Amino acid sequence: MARKIRVLIAKPGLDGHDRGAKVIARALRDAGMEVIYTGIRQTPEQIANAAIQEGVDMVGLSSLSGAHMSLFPKVVQILKEKGAEDIIVFGGGIIPVDDIPELKKAGIREIFQPGASTEEIIKYIQENVKTT
Amino acid sequence: MTLAKRILEGDIRAASRLMRDIDDRVPSALGLLKELYPKTGRAYIIGITGPPGSGKSTIVDKMVDIFRKEEKSVGIVAVDPTSPFTGGAILGDRIRMQRHATDEGVFIRSLATRGCLGGLSRSTQDIVNVMDAMGKEIILVETVGVGQDEVEIVNTAHTSIVVLVPGLGDDIQAIKAGIIEIGDIFVINKCDREGADKMERDLRLVLEMARKREDGWEPPIFKTEAILGKGIFELVYGIYRHRQALEQNRTMERKLRERAKATFLEILETEVMTHLIEKLEKEGRWETIIDDLVNRRADPYSLVEEIMAEELTKGH
Ligand SMILES: Nc1nc2c(ncn2[C@@H]2O[C@H](COP(=O)(O)OP(=O)(O)O)[C@@H](O)[C@H]2O)c(=O)[nH]1
Ligand SMILES: [Mg+2]
Repeated sequence: MARKIRVLIAKPGLDGHDRGAKVIARALRDAGMEVIYTGIRQTPEQIANAAIQEGVDMVGLSSLSGAHMSLFPKVVQILKEKGAEDIIVFGGGIIPVDDIPELKKAGIREIFQPGASTEEIIKYIQENVKTT
Repeated sequence: MTLAKRILEGDIRAASRLMRDIDDRVPSALGLLKELYPKTGRAYIIGITGPPGSGKSTIVDKMVDIFRKEEKSVGIVAVDPTSPFTGGAILGDRIRMQRHATDEGVFIRSLATRGCLGGLSRSTQDIVNVMDAMGKEIILVETVGVGQDEVEIVNTAHTSIVVLVPGLGDDIQAIKAGIIEIGDIFVINKCDREGADKMERDLRLVLEMARKREDGWEPPIFKTEAILGKGIFELVYGIYRHRQALEQNRTMERKLRERAKATFLEILETEVMTHLIEKLEKEGRWETIIDDLVNRRADPYSLVEEIMAEELTKGH
């Protein structure tokens, strides 16, 4: 039997809008995945711990507040410290193109621009998670 | 260090991986579960059920505050339904509990029902066992109180809490539909809303009319406003009183025997069924069986007897 894909969708930082994150969560569910949703205003520690306890394959971070440069790498770093570097972290939201190389260098594996379709994100997840 | 040893020492990463294997039905998980079982049975398990949105997760979150002040380690298993159409699920119980995500003494795991054969209660019990083996002193199991499966899970807890909210109109109808029997404790949450007192009166009446319980326990009703933490302290002490009562009048022993039996039957059932279904699949007999049944060339009773006989005479 194939493994079910489990993804944590989280919103680090202080902005309180999670419409985008919820749209993603629903799209992933409709694609047959189990989505753990943790709500808004999460610290990197909260996100990393939740990801480990929930045994997810991937963490999707959404940020609109501009705090992605400090918060996204922090999540990756804590996961690594706790021996969970196999959990893939990707991001989305309002992120300037110029920031992408640095985020990728910091271990964020993929960044989706605001124009990205949910199909693209689903495809990315399916192609990068081992389900057997 | 072996994986089992790491889990016994509370290693979160190791435990979490095993839980994933349990949930995905990876056969190798069985080996670890076998090793861990003798070390389980120490945790106190609290089931909490009720309609969606009644405030179960909020109540759990607030109870955890009290358990943690008492320096008890806590495990939480929050079960939400899998969509029958897509096989996916959004598991949102953590939203109410994320405050505790950075507390090393709290382990929260969200589970989807996945809707397969014996799926829900089996993996929930196995995951509870892993938390038990990790040394969690209190384990809270939250399920949506609608189906038979959920009722079964709550049944295997030491203390079962049923959460209701005022003003649903058909409250009492819902209460009568089998939920009364499973509650050791009743909570009326959202008491800031109108109708809480009436609800309490109605519920009390239903409880009084119910058959006397063999163990002599009379389920109390607690009124809470979980969002503000009101009434939660009383609820936790209600749980402790129930625990005391269980331990004093030997109900605990009976409950543990019932639980052991339920676990055994559950595993027996899933293993036997999985085995037989695999066999039929491997032998490519499904289509013939279904055809024969549809065309009335055979009856299901004889076919089952036949298959059982094949299995039971094997190796003799
Ligand atoms: N008015 C009111 N709302 C509450 C109370 N307790 C919880 N809620 C809210 O009810 C909603 C559902 O709560 P949740 O704990 O997720 O319910 P669950 O689905 O049963 O786990 C949330 O918006 C809570 O904030 C309460 O005592 N009063
Ligand atoms: Mg809930």
